[in-house]
Amino acid sequence: MQLTLEFGGGLELLCDSVKIHKINVDPEAGVEKLTMKHLLAWVRTNLIKERPEMFMKGDSVRPGVLVLVNDCDWELTGQLDTTLEEKDVVVFISTLHGG
Amino acid sequence: MESNGNEELSRIIDELKSLKTEKSNIEHRISALEAQLRKIKVKKDDEMPNSNGSCTSTVKSFVDSSFGHGLSPNMIYRYSRHLLLPSFGVQGQSNLVKSSILVVGAGGLGAPALLYLAACGVGRLGIVDHDIVELNNLHRQIIHTEAYIGWSKVESAAAACRSVNSTIQIVEHKEAFRTSNALEIMSKYDIVVDATDNVPSRYMINDCCVVLGKPLVSGAALGMEGQLTVYNYNGGPCYRCLFPVPPPTTACQRCSDSGVLGVVPGVIGCLQALEAIKIASVIGEPLSGRMLLFDALSARIRIVKLRERSSQCKACGENAALTQQQFQNFDYEKFTQSPLSTSPLKLNLLTPTARISSKEYSEKVAGREAHILVDVRPTHHYKIVSLPNSMNIPLPTLEDRLPEISSALKKEEERRGVNTGSSACLYVICRRGNDSQRAVECLHKMGLTSAKDIIGGLETWAHDVDPNFPTY
Repeated sequence: MQLTLEFGGGLELLCDSVKIHKINVDPEAGVEKLTMKHLLAWVRTNLIKERPEMFMKGDSVRPGVLVLVNDCDWELTGQLDTTLEEKDVVVFISTLHGG
Repeated sequence: MESNGNEELSRIIDELKSLKTEKSNIEHRISALEAQLRKIKVKKDDEMPNSNGSCTSTVKSFVDSSFGHGLSPNMIYRYSRHLLLPSFGVQGQSNLVKSSILVVGAGGLGAPALLYLAACGVGRLGIVDHDIVELNNLHRQIIHTEAYIGWSKVESAAAACRSVNSTIQIVEHKEAFRTSNALEIMSKYDIVVDATDNVPSRYMINDCCVVLGKPLVSGAALGMEGQLTVYNYNGGPCYRCLFPVPPPTTACQRCSDSGVLGVVPGVIGCLQALEAIKIASVIGEPLSGRMLLFDALSARIRIVKLRERSSQCKACGENAALTQQQFQNFDYEKFTQSPLSTSPLKLNLLTPTARISSKEYSEKVAGREAHILVDVRPTHHYKIVSLPNSMNIPLPTLEDRLPEISSALKKEEERRGVNTGSSACLYVICRRGNDSQRAVECLHKMGLTSAKDIIGGLETWAHDVDPNFPTY
């Protein structure tokens, strides 16, 4: 399944400072649908190059990270259970505090 | 000669200071008198519509009483371009002049926000900040000018706002925004603009807005990115609905550490002014339940849909009902594990024997002691300025590059012909003396037990040893 992932608010520093990643990822063996839970695990293994604790806590993202599936807060789509579709855009953004 | 020059210098500085104080006092007095005058005029017009029978007076009172929008002839002229907008018009402007807006923070976000809010004719504009204007603020905090370096940001911002628009009321709150004064200050305003730069302030301002039922226009900027949204508006989510748990302190970068392109907070601050104006004048759709993400480098703006108000929210949820008392007793620094003030962190990880002062280090250099100096700052910091003969090994790469340090020590010993038995010393420096301590801890663990850090880093070096050494 083709997805576009974007990292922002400083999270891109955890994946070689690359903000946009076009990826190909398939559901777990024996499962039909790709969920956010599986995608997060995939991202942690394949894209995060340093300090994974700055991206994840437990099996979800750490506090202060917004997850947006097709420009929509993942709280509205089912969080970890969100089912992803072909060509979906998933954005991970760390909230900023500077001013 | 030189002492005469110094005397002359301090005389000029003193005179400038006293003249500036005088100027500020006069400006205060002028704006107070103008406000008084306006009040008297309005009262007079109300009491005696056709008092002196002059043509202008008759016309003026005719305008005031017949059109009922409360805009004086002066206001009609000043805000005419607003009035000409069909979607804004006299109703929008009339709402605006009756509104009051509090801006917390007169920094990179607050600077443009305040200028636009003053210019557009908000009735009462409050400014909160406890900080002073510094030279390294001016690249982004465009409300402040060189003449105000060393002055309070609130005074500087208020003077700039008054010079743009002397007809509005500007209230100076020259104090840090804390739980002890927040309720009292905020209760006097309709709308709050969060233009602060740290996590505990953001939670505190949010909670105060929830307690008092005020809409909150929240902006943030760092590096090349900015974010903007409106909280606690018309049943929309609050900051805590989105971020019930504060981020780890390691994830909270500050402009003074990570840098920021000046115009980026400028853009976000302008958008904050826009959202505040929309709410105050009751036009359009405020950015509630949505967030604007601004990426300056790729020239992309994305607006995303946020979750709704959370029934579980500790501040605004169904069973929350945060009281004023609870708010005042809440420890925001403890909750977020970070300080409300933006003063830099001062770690103390090492025993005194593992540390030397910058003065002591300068004596060792002067005494030609055999040593190497490792600078553990990031490379782009090292490029700004560094001490001579230092080697740059950024902290994250320290472990991997240990062999380089060992071989440099060996070379130094050979070069200086150090006797066997004694050895070259290893000193570590960074910008402020925190990372250098972390580095020394790491070096000790890896067997380089003689490593010492230079207390207070390059900032202290500039302060105590070489005043000409650039700071940033």
